[in-house]
This record gives sequence, C-alpha cells and structure tokens, in this order.
Amino acid sequence: MSAEIAVPLDPSLAGPAPKRIIVGYGFWIFLLSDIVMFSAFFATYAVLAGATAGGPTGAQLFHRTIVAIETACLLFSSFACGMMSLAVGARNRFATYLGGAATFGLGAAFLGLELNEFAGMIAIGATPQRSAFLSAFFTLVGCHGAHVAVGLLWLAVMMAQIAAKGFRETVLRRLLCFSLFWHALDIIWVALFTIVYLMGGRG
Amino acid sequence: MTADTQDRAPGDDASAGDRHAATLSGLLAYLIGLGLAILLTATSFWAASTNLLWQPGVPIGLAVLAVAQMGVHLVFFLHITTGPDNTNNVLALAFGVLIVFLVVAGSLWIMANLNANMMLTPEMTNPQLQH
Repeated sequence: MSAEIAVPLDPSLAGPAPKRIIVGYGFWIFLLSDIVMFSAFFATYAVLAGATAGGPTGAQLFHRTIVAIETACLLFSSFACGMMSLAVGARNRFATYLGGAATFGLGAAFLGLELNEFAGMIAIGATPQRSAFLSAFFTLVGCHGAHVAVGLLWLAVMMAQIAAKGFRETVLRRLLCFSLFWHALDIIWVALFTIVYLMGGRG
Repeated sequence: MTADTQDRAPGDDASAGDRHAATLSGLLAYLIGLGLAILLTATSFWAASTNLLWQPGVPIGLAVLAVAQMGVHLVFFLHITTGPDNTNNVLALAFGVLIVFLVVAGSLWIMANLNANMMLTPEMTNPQLQH
C-alpha cells in the first residue's frame, strides 16, 4: 500500500487542473458574460414594454399556444443535448448522432416557429420601426434566436468532426462547450418567455 | 483520477469512474431535471392563463417559477452544484447574477425615477395657464 493513495491530496498541491476543467471554466465565464449582455436587453425591454406609441401591444400580438410549443421544443432539445452528452461519455457513436439529430431537429423547429411568428407580426405592420416596445422586443427575442441559429451551425460542425476525427480530446472539449452553450440558451429562454410572453401577454 | 474528484468543469456529469454507472446516474439526473422543468413550465403557462388566481400576485408567482426553473436547469443540466469541487464555477455564477441584478434593477429604478420626474404637469403644457 503506498501512502499517496490513502492520503487525500490537498487541491492546492495537486498541480494545474486538467485542460478539460480549464476550458469548461473559461467557456462558463464567456456564457456568464453573454448572460450579462442579455440582461441589458432584458432591462431595455422592461423599460420600454409600455411604450407602444399607439401601436399593437403584446397582448394583441402574442399567441400563447405557439409560445408553449416553442418552449417545449427548446426544453426537449436541451434534454436531447443531455442525452447526446451521455452518449459521448459512453463513447457510443450511433447514440451520439441520434442525440445530435434530435437536438438539431427540435432546435430548428423552435427557430422555424419563431421566424414564422416574426413574419406574421411584420405582415400586420408590427415591425421594429413601429414603436419602442417592438424595437426592444425584436432586439431581445431576435438576439436569442440568432444564438440558437449559431448553436445549430455549431452542432452540425460538431457532428461532422465526430464523423471525421472520432472522439478525440479536442472534440470532446468542444462537445462539452456546445452542451453548456445549448443549456444556457434554454435558461435565457425561461427568462424570456416569462417576462416577454407570459407577463407581457396579460390583458 | 485524483484531479477528476478535485475539480469539475461546468457541464460535467456528477460521477466519474465506471462508465456504465455514470451513464445511468447521468440519465436519472437529466430525467429528474426534465420532469421538474416540464412541471414548472406548465405551472407558469397555467398561472398566466387562468382567472382563478389573484391577478396582481400572478407576475410575482411567474418570477418565482422562472427563478426555480433556472435553478433546476443549472443543477440538473449544467451540473453546477455546491460541491467543494465546484467552488470556482459557483463563484463565477454568483458574480454574474450580481451584475445581472444590478443592470436590470438599476435600469428599471433609474428609468422609473426619470419618468416620474420628467412628467409634464397640465400647467406646463397648457398655454392658458402660463404666466
């Protein structure tokens, strides 16, 4: 029995953390800064929510059923992303592709519904130019949608990298960062549907 | 691996070690998270739509449900916990939450204050009453 196994190591003496830890921590800091940026858009929206300038209000524009479907799409996409992470952890290539495809499909469905909602609003004249409320709405929700679009592109690239390179260290770290990004987007959507659609859509 | 038990990256699964057991416990965590998230989301949409609740209290209830759901996502999906191996991640999160709170609450406070102080009174807008 060697002593080094029995005695727990002091974390401060354990040497530098593995790269996986450092990369995850760095990406977590980036995500928090992204959330701080979103908080500015949320503050703008909250200040301008009543400034409709005689134009349509949130209660007239928002369809709660569509928002509920969007929310379900993004939540199950987040869950599928978790399943993909587990498949990556088990080094199961087929399950990883399956999880990735489900994540992508549900994310794309969310984006499609959101773009359809935007198109419907613009068609009845509720454009970003109409009022301060609509400017803030399109900035906030559009910024989240842009993040989702970038995430979908990232996911497609990661699937291609698994196909081309397999489960090597660099690919595993990128997959960890992607799953963090995707879950963080779902957290932002929770704040978004609560503040914009549920609170703003009331009578 | 000693390093794995000392440090944990955000998004890492709770248990390292045996791969099969890790997958099963990870699956359980994701399923619990999904169940709680569905429950909280459904409650939010129900509370916003129903007339059974006292209406002025609904926004506060919605805010509480949203914060609870964000906590569920953080713990079960992002695996940010209060364990000793997660101190750095939690500290960064706490700082982020502080900044978000300052930006949102500060903006609302200042803008509401400006709105109240810059409001024109009828005397200021009515030319007949000006001296």
